[in-house]
Amino acid sequence: MKRILADIIAVFVGDAQADRMVPPTGFTARLTLFASGAMAFLAVFALALSLASGRLAHRWGQELAQSSTLRISAPVEQIAAQTEAAMRVLQTTPGIASAAPLSDEEQRALLAPWFGPDLPVESLPIPQLITIEETAEGYDAAGLRLRLQAEVPGAILDDHTRWRKPLQQSASRLRLLGFLSIVLIAAVTATMITLAANAALAANAKVIAVLRVVGAQDSYIAKAFVRRFTLRALTGAAAGTILGLGAVLLLPSAQEQAGFLTGLGFQGFSAVWLILLPILAATVAFLATGAAARRTLSELR
Amino acid sequence: MRDPVIELDNIAYNYGGGELLSEISLSIQPGDFYFLTGPSGAGKTTFLKLCYGELTPTAGHTRLFGQDVRSMSRDDHAMLRRRVGVVHQDCQFLDHLPLADNVALPLTVSGRDELDNLANLKELLTWVGLKNRAKALPPELSGGERQRAALARAIIMSPDLVLADEPTGNVDWEMSQRLLQLLVELNHMGKTVVIATHDMNLIRAAKSKVQARVLRIANRRLQLAGADL
Repeated sequence: MKRILADIIAVFVGDAQADRMVPPTGFTARLTLFASGAMAFLAVFALALSLASGRLAHRWGQELAQSSTLRISAPVEQIAAQTEAAMRVLQTTPGIASAAPLSDEEQRALLAPWFGPDLPVESLPIPQLITIEETAEGYDAAGLRLRLQAEVPGAILDDHTRWRKPLQQSASRLRLLGFLSIVLIAAVTATMITLAANAALAANAKVIAVLRVVGAQDSYIAKAFVRRFTLRALTGAAAGTILGLGAVLLLPSAQEQAGFLTGLGFQGFSAVWLILLPILAATVAFLATGAAARRTLSELR
Repeated sequence: MRDPVIELDNIAYNYGGGELLSEISLSIQPGDFYFLTGPSGAGKTTFLKLCYGELTPTAGHTRLFGQDVRSMSRDDHAMLRRRVGVVHQDCQFLDHLPLADNVALPLTVSGRDELDNLANLKELLTWVGLKNRAKALPPELSGGERQRAALARAIIMSPDLVLADEPTGNVDWEMSQRLLQLLVELNHMGKTVVIATHDMNLIRAAKSKVQARVLRIANRRLQLAGADL
């Protein structure tokens, strides 16, 4: 454990001498920078997707679970009476915190997206909606339905479970896919850095041979390569993350009407995840280059 | 009694196309000075490689500083090479680093590049006549300069054993005398020296300065040549 820690510190503090042992290679350096930058850029979006769908699943789970709707469909002249009857039933049902019929304005606002703002709600035979807020314990939906059936024949109770479940499910699946994408991006980054490190090790076979002749241990030789690739991955990923964040910030922000999308941005603590992306890329590079170097060196005499 | 520096116990070596060396037994003690001669292609370079563990014998046992080459790990080999200075015939350098850094490379990789060691570097470069070339890159050096640089690199760690493969092949007589003097002085300090060469004049010149023995490779065998050269 101590040795690993020392190795990690060595990557940042560095051994200026060891670093000079391997000649600088412009091309692989740029490729590694670009690859880790591009991967970090993609990871920002995967992360944004995961976080947004996570929030979505949470919100749907929380808010919708606590509320339900009662719809009263009756001939216009009976609506007021039935609403009153329904309210009496609801007020005496244990587990219901509050219930309130939607006013005409609220009903109009609900319908506005479909029919435009100037709908004469009063003169239309539209059903009356009553929103119900549950207490934490909740109410007995089946019992309430039976009572309503007896006293308010035109009432239909919608406790949202029917459409909430699949929405919540797909939101969590989306989150899972987002995280899976991040894992895949990390794996692809590891693959690319391994290939680049292998190429660098092969290109520097002569350097390695000279270092072996003068008594350099494998760990010393490996360090020179590991340090380079780790720093490149860190730099590239940091740049990619910043660009990705910039692109996310440029997206139109979520408004009331588009609340469904919750906004793809990073809110509050979730921004901490962004700092983790370059660190993850550097860790991946550190491990991948270390493994590649150890493998290549052990094949040499 | 100290361990022999090199102990070859009935070793043989073949590259896959028949044996190049066979039935070789030899024990080199600390402070010995050996010359190794023989026609080209006889296996002088192979013999030297066996002597510092670059090659493992196909039969028999090599023990270096008392350690069997077969049982050594990669890190053991690295540590061994810090005690053995090798001058290759085709000396390899890090072409992107100046000569002084290349000569100091053994110090650098073993973490011993302290100031007093670097002072030795200057002295050493002066001795091998490369003081003015310290900043030159290896590809800019002549064959003779490369050989001198390789010798300087081989001895900068003050190794217990110096193996040199034709160290005077590309240098003039005066310089080869200087290099020989350097190796002789190392030997007087108790270091073991093995030089492969086919320059009989060099061997004769050495005989007046040091008690050198001459090994000869012929017909795949190693023989101790008589003192009469």
